[in-house]
Amino acid sequence: MLRTASLALALFAFWLLLSGHYTVWLVISGLVISILLALAGRKLGFADEEGHPIDRLFSGLIYWPWLAREIVKSSISVTRIILDPKLPISPQLFHTKVSARTSIGVATYANSITLTPGTITVGVDREHDRFLVHALTKAGADDVEAGDMDRRVRRFEGRAE
Amino acid sequence: MIDLVREIAAGLFLFAGAFFLLAGAIGMNRMPDLFTRMHAASVGDTLGVSLMLIGMVFLAGFTLVTVKLVFLLAFLLFMGPVASHALAAAALQAGVKPLLASERTKKPSGKRKPSSVKGSGKP
Repeated sequence: MLRTASLALALFAFWLLLSGHYTVWLVISGLVISILLALAGRKLGFADEEGHPIDRLFSGLIYWPWLAREIVKSSISVTRIILDPKLPISPQLFHTKVSARTSIGVATYANSITLTPGTITVGVDREHDRFLVHALTKAGADDVEAGDMDRRVRRFEGRAE
Repeated sequence: MIDLVREIAAGLFLFAGAFFLLAGAIGMNRMPDLFTRMHAASVGDTLGVSLMLIGMVFLAGFTLVTVKLVFLLAFLLFMGPVASHALAAAALQAGVKPLLASERTKKPSGKRKPSSVKGSGKP
């Protein structure tokens, strides 16, 4: 119930910030629609901890800045490769292990790998808990396999072990 | 005065974003096969677009437009990788063979040096 309320609140805030017209009619109808949508989400099952993972917001505030730094770092290294006249790439396709257990954790890890330039998650294999990853360089592949991001996603997921 | 500082900051961010977008475009042309091209494109996709949007936030100042730009950035960062993943997975499933530098399986046959692969056009 708390999650449904939080979804309604989030939808209403989204409405207010996007509309920019604050007449009584528009605000009230926005509120009603938000509440109806949140209730529908509860009924249809998209207002659960997978569809509206609001409880992960705070660990996200720790994880995302780190991810942003990684994106900048690897963007610069990929740009350097692109502008290098010799084009020093060494593409790799390999499996890497995933220690995240929840859907949110797995999705976040896969997205983070794809988001950092130089590595793309090509396949997700949840039965064997591994991803098929394509990397532009050997160094990029080693970075993924070192598992730093994996551990941080695990922490983001909120399972201290 | 403060407007001038803001505009200079915006200009710097926009310039940096344009640089990374351009680098991504150059990389798209230089890379040898589909997967490596996607890597090049993702530079513009993530850092290029992010820097552009941050620059626009500086230009917009403290208004609702800023909020919309921040939403735009968040959505791009959440949805971009999904599209990239779908493209890469579809390509692999359709039988596109990625160009690889060396075998990563620990077979003795993989002794070939991980030399750099020069762009030959076709995978």
